[in-house]
Amino acid sequence: MHPELHEHGPDEVPHTHPEPGVDPHAPLASDGAPRALRIGIGGPVGSGKTALVAALCRALGEELELAVVTNDIYTTEDADFLLRNGVLPAERIRAVETGCCPHTAIRDDISANLDAVEDLESSLGPLDLVLVESGGDNLTATFSKGLIDQQIFVVDVSGGDKVPRKGGPGVTTADLLVINKTDLAPMVGADLSVMDRDAKARRHDLPTVFLSLAQDKAATPVAEWIRGLLAVR
Amino acid sequence: MAGLATLLLLADGRLPSGGHAHSAGLEAQVSAGRVHDVASLGGFLQGKLATSGLVSAAFAAAACGDVTRCAALDDGLDARTPSPALRKASRAQGRALLRAGRAMWAVADLGREPHQPVALGALAAAAGLTPGQVAVAAAHGTITGPASAAVRLLGLDPYAVHALLARLAPVCDRVAATAAARSGDPVDDLPSAGAPLLDIGAEHHATWEVRLFAS
Ligand SMILES: Nc1nc2c(ncn2[C@@H]2O[C@H](COP(=O)(O)OP(=O)(O)OP(=O)(O)O)[C@@H](O)[C@H]2O)c(=O)[nH]1
Ligand SMILES: [Mg+2]
Repeated sequence: MHPELHEHGPDEVPHTHPEPGVDPHAPLASDGAPRALRIGIGGPVGSGKTALVAALCRALGEELELAVVTNDIYTTEDADFLLRNGVLPAERIRAVETGCCPHTAIRDDISANLDAVEDLESSLGPLDLVLVESGGDNLTATFSKGLIDQQIFVVDVSGGDKVPRKGGPGVTTADLLVINKTDLAPMVGADLSVMDRDAKARRHDLPTVFLSLAQDKAATPVAEWIRGLLAVR
Repeated sequence: MAGLATLLLLADGRLPSGGHAHSAGLEAQVSAGRVHDVASLGGFLQGKLATSGLVSAAFAAAACGDVTRCAALDDGLDARTPSPALRKASRAQGRALLRAGRAMWAVADLGREPHQPVALGALAAAAGLTPGQVAVAAAHGTITGPASAAVRLLGLDPYAVHALLARLAPVCDRVAATAAARSGDPVDDLPSAGAPLLDIGAEHHATWEVRLFAS
């Protein structure tokens, strides 16, 4: 709001201005509680984003109020998966359509995702954590800061040990890089030490964790990272 | 009064107002095989202009001309939208548009989820635009949204689609002028053209398990 820049001409449509300094938006949580920590989970198709969401629900579902927003083209797939695995009830999951542009929905026009997050908060009450899973996309897809607080980028070893070296905004700038499916490394001839070295070179001080969600059903290092974020809020 | 650049801002497809996820009924018609190339897209867009284009433009212009009529106009759009899926889609887009508009201007209070044309008109009023101007933005939006969806869904040549949009631009202007001229009419007398096949398509579409667009 910039009242000092604003002039009223004689032929102007009558309108009013909100009090300067007052946020015109409705508060997210009605009782003044701080809003949930929002974490975006992005990465290429099939890298293990939904498996990670399920693991985090298992690991954190007891201790935190949490909810999930999905951006899959199969509108009920992720919700069904989380339901089937008994990790999250249906009312804690919202699906968002992305009009063939998964990256647009998490970066350029985040309105549908924001609406979904706000609907979850208003129907469930104050939440501690909202996970937003992006539709599977390419290495350039990242989340807008207007939608999430922190982002995790999930790649897997079966795409080859070149992936961290290729970089791209997801690998380079995500707050946490997860290199998943380490159990498959011997089968696809991926050298984890190469991936570790390249990730460090691309990401400097940003953290990277290796994970096999097939073996660690609670995504232990990622759950720890999230607990750390919540502790300093 | 605001200038043309403000109008362009409101009509820009890059405005983060949720439009990219809606096909305005096109996805259902593509799946039914009725729209499959540039020529059939042309027929679809012409139909949109004559129906929802005219209605949206008239309601946006009416809301812009008198924001105190927004609640009555919102009811009027409910009455003109028999498909629950389309009512939901219009309200979702109104909510998203309001979010974008509030970041730019001091928009009147419209409740949480106004219909899209009502939100558009109220935004235009807050921006200092005229009913005639917002009618053009509304009519233009009813064809550029599905045209962009067609490029993504059918892989149509984007130049051929824009050539089509250029041919439709004068039609768009005429529809907008007709709509704006009627914008002071009582709500019940405002345009009410509809397309039953699109209403039916929208209801089917809402039940699909795999869909790329929200409507
Ligand atoms: N071997 C192995 N398979 C895994 C691991 N993590 C996930 N998978 C499997 O990889 C497949 C894809 O996992 P998802 O979690 O659906 O991947 P996604 O990233 O959500 O996929 P999209 O949403 O379609 O982009 C599933 O069959 C998982 O069971 C892992 O650590 N090891
Ligand atoms: Mg998934």
